[in-house]
Amino acid sequence: MELITLRGIEKTYQMGDIAVPVLKGISLSIRQGELVALTGSSGSGKSTLMNILGCLDRPTGGEYWLDGQEISTLAADERALLRNRKLGFVFQSFNLLARTSAIENVAMPLSYGAEHLSEREARERAEEMLTRVGLADRLDHHPAQLSGGQQQRVAIARALINHPPVLFADEPTGNLDSKTSEEVLQMFERLNTEDHITIIMVTHDPKVAGHANRVIRMQDGVILDDAPPVAGSNPKTPEGAP
Amino acid sequence: MMLYTTARTAFRTLRRNPMRAMLTTLGIVIGVGAVIAMMEIGAGASAALKKTIASMGANVLVVRPGTASSGGVSFGAGSTTTLTPEDSQAILRECPAVRNATPMVRARTQVVYGNRNWVPNAIYGTTPAYLDVQDWSILAEGEPFSDRDVLNGNRVCILGQSLVRELFDNESPVGKEIRIKNIAFRVVGVLSPKGANMMGFDQDDVILAPWTTIKYRVTGASLSTANQSTSTASDAVNSLSNLYPTAQRSLYPEQSSVQQADNPMPVRFANIDQIMLAANSSAEIPLAVDQITGVLRERHRIRAGEPDDFNVRDMAELTRTLSTTTKLMTNLLLAVAMISLVVGGVGIMNIMLVSVTERTREIGLRMAVGARGKDILRQFLVEAVVLCLTGGAMGIVLGHGGSLLVRFLLKWPVETSPTAIATAVLVSAGVGIIFGFYPAWKASRLDPIEALRYE
Repeated sequence: MELITLRGIEKTYQMGDIAVPVLKGISLSIRQGELVALTGSSGSGKSTLMNILGCLDRPTGGEYWLDGQEISTLAADERALLRNRKLGFVFQSFNLLARTSAIENVAMPLSYGAEHLSEREARERAEEMLTRVGLADRLDHHPAQLSGGQQQRVAIARALINHPPVLFADEPTGNLDSKTSEEVLQMFERLNTEDHITIIMVTHDPKVAGHANRVIRMQDGVILDDAPPVAGSNPKTPEGAP
Repeated sequence: MMLYTTARTAFRTLRRNPMRAMLTTLGIVIGVGAVIAMMEIGAGASAALKKTIASMGANVLVVRPGTASSGGVSFGAGSTTTLTPEDSQAILRECPAVRNATPMVRARTQVVYGNRNWVPNAIYGTTPAYLDVQDWSILAEGEPFSDRDVLNGNRVCILGQSLVRELFDNESPVGKEIRIKNIAFRVVGVLSPKGANMMGFDQDDVILAPWTTIKYRVTGASLSTANQSTSTASDAVNSLSNLYPTAQRSLYPEQSSVQQADNPMPVRFANIDQIMLAANSSAEIPLAVDQITGVLRERHRIRAGEPDDFNVRDMAELTRTLSTTTKLMTNLLLAVAMISLVVGGVGIMNIMLVSVTERTREIGLRMAVGARGKDILRQFLVEAVVLCLTGGAMGIVLGHGGSLLVRFLLKWPVETSPTAIATAVLVSAGVGIIFGFYPAWKASRLDPIEALRYE
């Protein structure tokens, strides 16, 4: 099933009088359950594409269908609701609320949802999510008391709290050492294979891209290459190969 | 997002940075505290000021007899003899706007003590109620004469400070005897000093005594008759120590008892020179005047359309001063309160703006996980209101404590004002909303992408 379909997506930034085209007609489709890596050098437009996919930004032209809904024309508030229900975000710098316990960080998106959960239900759901990412014993720890890997796992639990079909990860391992990076990526793979969550990650690291089952390479606002990862680039995880 | 959840979130967020929350609140704490303290101290000062002006006689009304005339000759104000002590009692009984009333007779004559003598400005024959009417109840020494003294016509008196100075050389006069027209009066008390009134009249140069004693033993006539060249003494009663006759020589030959029995004179009630009254408050003065006029017209059997045989006068000048002062004080307090609250509000706005900048990434994150602009707006507004209400509560405690401290340490009059407290709570919430709105609006307008990227 096609979860995401882009048709001729364009994005042009207006810098004074000069129009700077960043995305020059991107068309692609992503099916449910795919683990996609979006790569490219800096300035290639991958972050812009990510923002559009993540409904944080609107394209200047083209169509964006997400889960059977055309959303490139939605208003800001409608996009916010969509982000809450259907999308999860994981950031390079974790973006956890400081001096706030892990469980409260995870439960935070629930307060913006349409479904009004009680305090207790929200806590239970957050606890369940943290257990799922292996932090059942760190519920009341503050971000400062957690390691980088643990923080990113809290961030993943937060992204998954509303059971979104799509998870966006922007350089999820950028601030982590190689060992914890590996853990986080393995968690992504598990979420992808066991829970069939579609994961789209932006990375410039070929080793990270190697964990994906599809790599989209971008350059100068167009898709350069859309293929399974090059075999051998990630010898540790051979199951990434088709 | 429900308001309750928002409030919880706000509390949590504020707890995350208690130092900043405290500093932010400080502005409002001081603002509201200043308002409460100013309102309470000011209300106390205002009440004290009102009391002071009232003690000058702002609430005092004077009823004097009207003008008598005979054959085109007017005898001047206060020359009819229709005002009686019973009128005074009736007014006190029947006029709810009148707090107290006292009949008065006046005399002006020489007072002797030892080898000194003095003519005081006024010798007032009155009742103990006079001290209450004049707000003069606290005596410098001794105690006032009683209603029994008035009934019995006892020869007791209270001296003003000037008399103590002139007759006693500032020694205590209590228990000593002075002579007024050769009638011995025992001094029972000394009035507290009052100074001159607005006309420059020395109010301390006065003797108070029971009106019965003054009327029947000293003057032997009311002032109205004393003013006239003919002395028709209304009462033949005289003092027990009638060493020197006080009554003026009669123009007519004295009647024998048989003649008196044959030609009974109409029985005349005792007339007095004036009635002094105190209204409940300066606001009730016009009401009191109406009630007094009604009562007296009825008692004096004056038909509709006929002129009054008395005058009711109030201290219009003092009353005006009083109302002007009160208004001035209220406005002053209001101005001070407004300034403090605006200062506090600007403080809140500043810190909230800093807070928005500092929490840009948090705002971006909240937007990324689905917060709409209005959610962010509400969150920051609720935070500001929570800050302001907390600050308001602390300010009330602080301000009230401060005013109590002023009361205990400086012995200043302080009035607890529930209105001020209620206003302060409302205003602090209002300040939170008004001054919290701009930063909250700014936060809600942030672009999530920019906000997430903000370092």
